[in-house]
Amino acid sequence: MKTHMKTRMKTRMKTQSRAGAWIAMIVGTMYFVIPLAATFEFSLRMRRDAYSFDAYRVVLGDPRFQASFGYSVLMGLLTIVIGVLLVVPTAYWVQLRLPKLRPVVEFITLLPLVIPAIVIVFGYLRIYNSSSILPLTSNERATDLLLVFGYVTLSLPYMYRAVDAGMRAVDVRSLTEAAECLGAGWTTILFRVIFPNVRSGILSGAFLTFAVVIGEFTIASLLDRPAFGPYLQLIGANRAYEPSALAIIAFVVTWASMGLIQVFGSARALAGHKT
Amino acid sequence: MPFLEIDDLHKTFGPNVALHRFDMTIEQGEFITFLGPSGCGKTTVLRMIAGFETPTRGTIRLNGRNVTHMRTRDRAVGMVFQAYALFPNMTVAQNIGFALKVAKRSQKEIDARVAEMLELIKLPQLAARYPWQLSGGQQQRVALARALASKPQVLLLDEPLSALDAKIRVSLREDIRALQRELGITSIFVTHDQEEALSISDRIVVMNDGRVEQIGSPLDIYNFPRTRFVASFVGTLNILAGRVIDPGSGRIAVDGQELVTSRPLPPDDAGKERLLALRPEAIILEPPSNGRNSLAATVEQISFLGAVVRIRARVSNAVVSLDVFNDPNRTLPERGQPVALGFSHDNLLVLDENAR
Repeated sequence: MKTHMKTRMKTRMKTQSRAGAWIAMIVGTMYFVIPLAATFEFSLRMRRDAYSFDAYRVVLGDPRFQASFGYSVLMGLLTIVIGVLLVVPTAYWVQLRLPKLRPVVEFITLLPLVIPAIVIVFGYLRIYNSSSILPLTSNERATDLLLVFGYVTLSLPYMYRAVDAGMRAVDVRSLTEAAECLGAGWTTILFRVIFPNVRSGILSGAFLTFAVVIGEFTIASLLDRPAFGPYLQLIGANRAYEPSALAIIAFVVTWASMGLIQVFGSARALAGHKT
Repeated sequence: MPFLEIDDLHKTFGPNVALHRFDMTIEQGEFITFLGPSGCGKTTVLRMIAGFETPTRGTIRLNGRNVTHMRTRDRAVGMVFQAYALFPNMTVAQNIGFALKVAKRSQKEIDARVAEMLELIKLPQLAARYPWQLSGGQQQRVALARALASKPQVLLLDEPLSALDAKIRVSLREDIRALQRELGITSIFVTHDQEEALSISDRIVVMNDGRVEQIGSPLDIYNFPRTRFVASFVGTLNILAGRVIDPGSGRIAVDGQELVTSRPLPPDDAGKERLLALRPEAIILEPPSNGRNSLAATVEQISFLGAVVRIRARVSNAVVSLDVFNDPNRTLPERGQPVALGFSHDNLLVLDENAR
C-alpha cells in the first residue's frame, strides 16, 4: 500500500516536472520568437497590400550596404587573424608554464564584457588622437588598425574561452614534450602540433568573433569608419521597412556563424575524436 | 667510459625535495628500470635526463657530452609516454616520420624509415590510420616507433604500459625488450610494477622517497634486498626482528628461538637488534633437522590460491607467510595447529642497519 502510494506520487511529480519544463520552454521560445517573427512580418510589408521582399531588394541593392558589409567582413577577418595569433600562444603558455596565472588571464579576458565599448573607444581617442605620440587616428588605414585592435579586445572573452576549452581537451603538455623530444622548436610545435589540435576551438572563437564584429556599432561609429553597424543605425533612423530587413539579415549572418560552429564541432565528434 | 653518467643529481621543487641524491653510470645498450612507488623521484630523474626538468645540482653526461643544461631537442633522446602522446592530427606514418620531417630530411628517406619502423613494430597495415582509430597497445607501439625513428642515443620510457590492460601489458613489454636488444639502444624504463621491472631489466634501481635504495640485477634485488623497503616492495617478504647472539657464527635469536644465517655479520653486532627477511617460497613445513633453521609457529590462516596455498603462521608478535604447492595427496595443517617452519641458513637475510 505504502509503496503503491509512493510510486503514484513519483509519477505525479514526474508529470508535474515535465509539464513545468514544457511551460518554461514555451514561454522562453515565445520570448525570443515573437519579436523576431513580428520584425520579419513587418519587413515584408513594404508593398502596401501584399507581402513582398521589396525591403530586402532595396537593402541588398544599396551600394552603401554592400560597401559597409564588405568593410565589416574584412575587419572581421583581420580581427580573427590577429585574435588567434594573440590568444592561442597565450592560452598555450598559460596552460603549459603558468597555470597559476590562469585566473588572472581569465579575469583580463573578461574585462571587455564589464567595461563598455564606449569607455574603450574614448580611451583610444585620448591616447591615439592626432596630437599624441602615436597618432593612429590621423589617417584612415591607421584608424582601421585601431578599429581591428578594438574588435580584438571586444572578442577576447569569446576567443579566449573557446581556445582555452579546446586546449584543455588535448594533453598539451605531453604533446609538447613529445614534439620537443623529436627535435621540434617552438614555432614548429605551435603551428604543426598545437594549432591543428585546437582547430575546433579556434573556429568556434572565430565565428563568435565574426558575429560580434558584424553587429558592432560603438567603436566603428566613434572612430568614424564605414562599418556595417553604423550603416544599420543610419538606415534605422531614416527608413521604415528596411531596418527590419537588415535586422533579419544580421540575425541570419549570426545564426550562420553559430551553425558553422555546430557543423565543425560535430564533424569532429562524428570523426570519432575523443576530444 | 660509461655511456650515461649521472653524478650527484639533486632536485627540489620549492620547499619539497623530490630527489636527495642520485649517482649512477649506465653502459651502452643497458636496459635500466627505475622502480618505486609514486612520488619516489623516479620520473623526476627520467625527466631530467630528457631535459624537461633542470637539476638543482649535479651533472648528466651523455656519451661524453655534458647535457645537464642542454635543450631537450638537442639531446637526441627518444621518449615514450604513459598517455601515448601521439599527435592526433597526424596519421601513424606522419607521427613516426615527424622527427625526420623536423630535421628536414628528404621525403624519400622519411618514407623508407617510416616503412622500416612500421615493419619493426609489426603494424605496416596501419600507416594511413589516425591515432584514435587504434587500440591502446597499437598506439603505444606507434609511439615507440616514433621515438626510435630518428635513432636517438637513449630511449626513455615513462610508465609506458600502465594505461594498458594486463594481457597486452605482458606481450608489449616482451616486445619492447626484444626490440631494445635488437637495436642495442640504451634504455631507461620507469615503472611502479615490480613484476615488470624484474622481467625486463638488466639492472633495477629501486627508489623510495627521493632516495636510491638499491641498484642491482633483478636476481640481486629479489634475492638479496639490502633494505627493508626493497624487501617489502619487491615481492612478498617476511620481516622478523632478531637479536644477534654471536656475529662470528651467525647465530641470532628470534622470539627466544635460535636461528643461523650464513651471511656475514659485523663483529660489533653482538647483542644488537637486527631486521631479518625471509621469502615465503624459501620456507617449508618440516620437522626440525640438523643444518637447517627451524621456527616453531602457530597456523593463523590458510588461503588457497590455486597452484599454491599460502599459510600465515604466527611467531610471537610477527606473522610469517609461506607458500606450499597445492598437492591433493597432502593434508594441510589446520588453523591453530602448531607447526615447524624450516628454511636453510642461506635464506635468512639480514637487512642493512640503516633499514627503516
